[in-house]
Amino acid sequence: MVDVRYDIAFRLYPYERVQTQGAARQRVPVVIVGGGPIGMAAALDLGRKGTPVLVLDDHEGVGQGSRAICFAKRTLEIADRLGAARAMVDKGVVWNVGKVFHGADQVFEFNLQPEPGHEMPAFINLQQPYFEKFLVDEIRVAQKEGAPIDIRGRNAVTGITRHADHVVLDVGTPDGPYQIAADWVIACDGARSPIRDMMGLSFDGRVFEDNFLIADVKMTAEFPTERWFWFEPPFKNSGQSALLHKQPDDIWRIDFQLGWDIDRKAELDPARVRERVDAMLGAGADYELEWTSIYTFQCRRMKKFRHGRVLFAGDSAHQVSPFGARGANSGVQDADNLAWKLDLVIKGLAPDTLLDSYSAERVHGADENILNSTRATDFLTPKSETSMTFRNAVLDLARRHAFARPMVNSGRLSVPCVYDGMPLNGPDALGGPAATRVGAPCLDAPLDRGFLLNRLTGHFTVLSINASAPDIAEVDGVPVAHVTLTTDRNDPTGALAQRYLGTQPQAVYLIRPDQHVTARWPGCDTRAVTEAVRQAIGKAA
Amino acid sequence: MTLNLSPNIADPDGFYDELLAAHEGLDKAASDALNARLILILCNHIGDREVLRDALAAASKT
Ligand SMILES: Cc1cc2nc3c(=O)[nH]c(=O)nc-3n(C[C@H](O)[C@H](O)[C@H](O)COP(=O)(O)OP(=O)(O)OC[C@H]3O[C@@H](n4cnc5c(N)ncnc54)[C@H](O)[C@@H]3O)c2cc1C
Repeated sequence: MVDVRYDIAFRLYPYERVQTQGAARQRVPVVIVGGGPIGMAAALDLGRKGTPVLVLDDHEGVGQGSRAICFAKRTLEIADRLGAARAMVDKGVVWNVGKVFHGADQVFEFNLQPEPGHEMPAFINLQQPYFEKFLVDEIRVAQKEGAPIDIRGRNAVTGITRHADHVVLDVGTPDGPYQIAADWVIACDGARSPIRDMMGLSFDGRVFEDNFLIADVKMTAEFPTERWFWFEPPFKNSGQSALLHKQPDDIWRIDFQLGWDIDRKAELDPARVRERVDAMLGAGADYELEWTSIYTFQCRRMKKFRHGRVLFAGDSAHQVSPFGARGANSGVQDADNLAWKLDLVIKGLAPDTLLDSYSAERVHGADENILNSTRATDFLTPKSETSMTFRNAVLDLARRHAFARPMVNSGRLSVPCVYDGMPLNGPDALGGPAATRVGAPCLDAPLDRGFLLNRLTGHFTVLSINASAPDIAEVDGVPVAHVTLTTDRNDPTGALAQRYLGTQPQAVYLIRPDQHVTARWPGCDTRAVTEAVRQAIGKAA
Repeated sequence: MTLNLSPNIADPDGFYDELLAAHEGLDKAASDALNARLILILCNHIGDREVLRDALAAASKT
């Protein structure tokens, strides 16, 4: 039996009896447990690289109800490398203006004008079910092109046995259980990760003693496409803070911060929810309740994300409060970081210790995200009288004085982390711009044709700007691609020079498959590239 | 810059007077709010994180 824990928005991978069920146990290179956004992103990435992956999900599609709505530029860039971003951007809502209120008064307004010269917007609002659907749609395209990806719906993992060189999973299906062996398992099974529990691993952190009522309502009202955030909202029973934010399909996300001691069931009564929403939108507002839910939030992570042959990614490895939209956004970066490393290990091109760097780099990312979302939560729900006094002083001052506005924290936008000081990093010998330093994700830039990131397609890439490219096509069997540009011919806006040269006349960058910079020089020879690639695949002496 | 902990305010008695006068007639909550606003304004004026950290440390030592 497989329990149905939630309703399905899109039935994308209907259950089919497993052909080999009842026959001898199958052995596969990679099983991904959980087909949420992170599992699907990892599957698509690995499959596109030609490494066979099997996704087991205990449902037949994407769960109803949008959790994540805000997807940041880096996530879209990763999705673009995987081929799925176009649909997301086309469907998503782009917004720039935000308003912050304290009580009935507007404190200030901001405009997040995106920096020009990036193909992807700074962020979009899109219901999570669409995000997941577009990934699965792209998996279907990849499968047709021959990518060895298999998805099994209503296949629930119920047990795990670890061996030295493989892992055996017990899987429950409507036709009974079976077992499957995998060389590697990626646990993308969400914040309540059954795999983590079965392995007896801890998941420590901080619970915020607060409940948030989330209501997605459908209405065609003439609200502008802006993010409105209230501290101590003036409307009746709306709690300590409230948020109104637009999604596609005339859906609006409304959040109410209800406090700790509440009766969840009573609060979810549609009549009670409507009372609150009416008070916010004004009497006579015409809307339908699409989806409601109550959440408590926590910030916590596993101590490490690799446990032998089991790798944890996404919410199973780390959980953050949603202020700042860092859950799915950071999980997609986990998948981005892990896929190329696991691919090289499976192909025998890198030692398996390379996977330890996945844990180190993404633990670093998780800590940054937890720090940011903890700070936002502390601003939203001051924990003491004094912190409340300071919080309100900031809001007070922000009305009149610009200096206080950057301190107002209703969630900071998710930005990718820089892998500063990590063991895979090679030399930073350029004296170039800080934003593209070793460890940073590459910044996009418009070229004479297309954008820079379109040219970084998931291989190690040597980017030579105004410099002669070192003559090298592979290192120990790992392919090295080349993008060779000059600012005269290829840099119509000057963004490439500004982002990659700074004051330098020329540069050679070595870029990892996940588009992070791993070394840079004013110019270099094949030996330098060879050493830096070896370092980046965990072969440093 | 280093945190200046030597006398730096001209007419200290006059300044102290003005500080108390600003709080006159305020209840505890309003006074606390005023202090918080004042701290934020002054911290922003100083700006230098090193100095602010030293000031916090100096204030925390009793
Ligand atoms: C109210 C709210 C708002 C949010 N807003 C944002 C936002 O704006 N931006 C953002 O980036 N993030 C946001 N998040 C966080 C985001 O929703 C999560 O980070 C994201 O869903 C994590 O993806 P995942 O793939 O790791 O896990 P999940 O999405 O939880 O997927 C796990 C999958 O594993 C399956 N599974 C579980 N157990 C088993 C098993 N034993 N066998 C087989 N399959 C199994 C589940 O059915 C599910 O399909 C928000 C979260 C909430 C609650």
